[in-house]
Amino acid sequence: MGVQTLPIDAALDVTTPRRSPSQLLEWLHGWVVTVDHKQLGLMYMLYAIVFLLVGGAEAIAIRIQLAFPNNLFLSPEVYNEMFTMHGTTMVFLVGMMYIFAFGNYLVPLMIGARDMAFPRLNAFSFWMSAFGGLLLYYSFIGGFGLYGMGGAPDVTWWAYAPLTAKAFSPGHATDYWALALIVMGFGTLGSAINIIATTLCLRCRGMTLLHMPLFVWLMFVTSGLILIVITPLTAAQIMLLIDRYLGGHFFDTQAGGSATIWMHFFWIFGHPEVYVLVLPAFGFASEIIPVFSRKAIFGYPAMVAASVGIAFVSLGVWAHHMFTIGMTSVGNAFFALSTMLVGIPTGIKIFNWLATLWGGKIRFATPMLFCIAFLFQFLIAGLTGIMLAVAPWDWQLHNSYFVIAHFHYVLVGAIVFNIFAAVYYWYPKVTGRMLSETLGKWHFWLFLIGFHVTFDTMHFVGFLGMPRSIYTYMPDRGWNTLNLIISLGGFVQGIAVLIFAWNLIYSWFRGKEAGNDPWDAWTLEWSVPSPPPPYNFATDPVVYSRRPLWDIKHPDDPDWKYEA
Amino acid sequence: MKPRRSPSLIFTRVLCPALACMSAMTCVAQGPQATPSILAPASTSAHQIYALSQFVLMITGGIFAAVGGLLVFVIIKFHARDDDAEHEPPQIYGSTQVELAWSVIPILIVVVLFLTTARIIFAIQDAPEPADALDVIVIGHQFWWEFRYPKLGIVTANELHVPVDRATYLRLLSADVDHSFWVPQLAGKTDLIPDHPNETWIQPLHTGLYLGQCAQFCGVEHAKMLLRVYVDSPQQFAAWVKNEQQSGVQDSTVAAGRHVFDTEACANCHRIAGTAATGSFGPDLTHLASRATIASGVLANTPQNLHDWIQDPNSLKPGVLMPAMQLNESQIDELVAYLDTLH
Repeated sequence: MGVQTLPIDAALDVTTPRRSPSQLLEWLHGWVVTVDHKQLGLMYMLYAIVFLLVGGAEAIAIRIQLAFPNNLFLSPEVYNEMFTMHGTTMVFLVGMMYIFAFGNYLVPLMIGARDMAFPRLNAFSFWMSAFGGLLLYYSFIGGFGLYGMGGAPDVTWWAYAPLTAKAFSPGHATDYWALALIVMGFGTLGSAINIIATTLCLRCRGMTLLHMPLFVWLMFVTSGLILIVITPLTAAQIMLLIDRYLGGHFFDTQAGGSATIWMHFFWIFGHPEVYVLVLPAFGFASEIIPVFSRKAIFGYPAMVAASVGIAFVSLGVWAHHMFTIGMTSVGNAFFALSTMLVGIPTGIKIFNWLATLWGGKIRFATPMLFCIAFLFQFLIAGLTGIMLAVAPWDWQLHNSYFVIAHFHYVLVGAIVFNIFAAVYYWYPKVTGRMLSETLGKWHFWLFLIGFHVTFDTMHFVGFLGMPRSIYTYMPDRGWNTLNLIISLGGFVQGIAVLIFAWNLIYSWFRGKEAGNDPWDAWTLEWSVPSPPPPYNFATDPVVYSRRPLWDIKHPDDPDWKYEA
Repeated sequence: MKPRRSPSLIFTRVLCPALACMSAMTCVAQGPQATPSILAPASTSAHQIYALSQFVLMITGGIFAAVGGLLVFVIIKFHARDDDAEHEPPQIYGSTQVELAWSVIPILIVVVLFLTTARIIFAIQDAPEPADALDVIVIGHQFWWEFRYPKLGIVTANELHVPVDRATYLRLLSADVDHSFWVPQLAGKTDLIPDHPNETWIQPLHTGLYLGQCAQFCGVEHAKMLLRVYVDSPQQFAAWVKNEQQSGVQDSTVAAGRHVFDTEACANCHRIAGTAATGSFGPDLTHLASRATIASGVLANTPQNLHDWIQDPNSLKPGVLMPAMQLNESQIDELVAYLDTLH
């Protein structure tokens, strides 16, 4: 035996367990360096909820300003910053983050995997997204514009050229906006690649593609869509920065650049983005509605096909945001048709959800309430979408409050309602405790009422000719009463969201013990303890059907005997 | 004793606007009235769009009633009952026949909607320009409108005059950023995009005043880039043209004001035909006094408003590009007196 010169034992770990203050630090350090998909999912969720509150506060500020004509609550400069930040925050810091919150947390659990395919890429992506968000909000301090009012971006979230040129947007606000989106875009791409790889490579035995829960399918389709559409957005932001700092002329109309090319770049991202946000929400509904109807999802293959179909069609509809820019009549007709085609797979989805409810034994727990409201609101959102696809009518409705009402019906009425449903549904799995049903019911009914007061009314003020993005309006236009009603509904929604936030905190400490499977559900995540242990599954599960837990609970009548 | 608010007052303040909306919704509103509502069409193309929208509303309303009704029925009929909690309902995984059948319905609806839509797109967008059409060039500026009538030699701002029952073709240009021309009663909107000339047309059916505003965010004062279109009878229009073609009125009693205008910075940005003031950055003021509003429809054109505007435009329209001119009171008064003569 040779003489051991190196203190090998000591090289491993000489630190003694530390005491109180540094324990907190170590706990924090654990979160910062983690590559665990569940911890990252939780951080994404926390991030999304914090920015939901921030974006919501901006919305409230907007509604206070618009409650009365010629109101002086916000200056025009600050108002323009508020609605730009509201849009950017809700789409990129809430919408994109909630996707990855649930995607990260649930996809590995649902397919019987122990983590994501690329855990470090996962952490990298989260921190990129997080820093992108900080960069955007740092603009309030760092982006000092011309007006001396601080310098948050004030060019709208679609940021049409050439308003974003140095000549019209001096200061650094627009730079923060562009940079933040580039940085977040890299984070988003990383996470999308990760989810695709995880779905393709890490499924447990028996989990064929057509045995995957629909939520996993929708995350898979969403991630594919993200890979396609974030790319032109990032390219456009880089071109914008080249224009602003390196003398480029991509969008410089004074030098032969094109304002419309920005619109194409932006909306080839921007429209599929809506589907990027809504498809995971469809995934929630496709998990929750069956469990609370006590039935298998109706027409699973058609649901998968419709999701893939929506993703494909969504790539060919972007110019319906541009019916007013003077396209040819043939161009307008083409995009009217392609947009209407989206209605076919979407209609199939709605029919399948209804057929799932049909003949079930529906339990109206809070997650299900939110999903039922989603079905109703998504139906309306789809129909107003058809109205906007009718190009000549869109020449009237475009950029009016009707459009605002329509897309809030999608983004709030469909997506946010389903996010709430998903939080009530999976919170017990994540924390081991149920959310309070009483607070949940208050949250649901207040939010539902506030939502309809606000956004139903917005359709009508749009019919009456109120354009979007205006910080005030003249009292003689016939919009006064309706705007006041819209604002009141906004406050009710604000209260409901605060109840939700309180419920999250309260139930964390006082919630009822959940157990492994509080909803008597059927997918793999409910087979492990709540919260799930590190690496999820002690032994790799084996599944034989789309509802592995149903098979275990009903050995006499398993799914695999019947599934097509 | 403080009088209580009478029911009739509540009626006029609260119910009337609500009812007005409702009646506008149901298209009771007839004839010309100053409203930016898309439900009170007053031109050929606005009527075409309105008829199309009613058709679409009928179809979508039918879908809403059918599917929404089904949803309500399902959640009432199939809610869980306490007496039968332990049994799971029969599991149904799908049905190819049923699914094929209901996939056909949306396809048929899309075909009908698309054909109707395409017909109106081509009817409006590709309508041939009549020989007697009036040509107007509309130029969007941050935050006002410039109107040029090239065949008539007229330049004016913010208040567009067009004849009734005759087509007016608008060539849409922008001097800076994107704007959008939208007078809902007269036509759908068309954007004004720099270096991307657009065109739209209006053929108003009734005389009167029509309100609109910029519909594409164009910067800090986008909200106050208002638009007024006066649809004149042929006689009124001819008279208006005749007056607009004159040079600015030269009234010797306000020579002091004119001197201020010409020697201070006003003339750098504004034009008054027939004088040394030939600026083109701001609105043409040759016939300012004949316009009902100033600041792009934001303020009534009164001497007091003109005075306040010249003194500090930013206090009335924060972010406007016209600077406060630092004139003293007597200079402003002289200037207002002069501007008031420019009929």
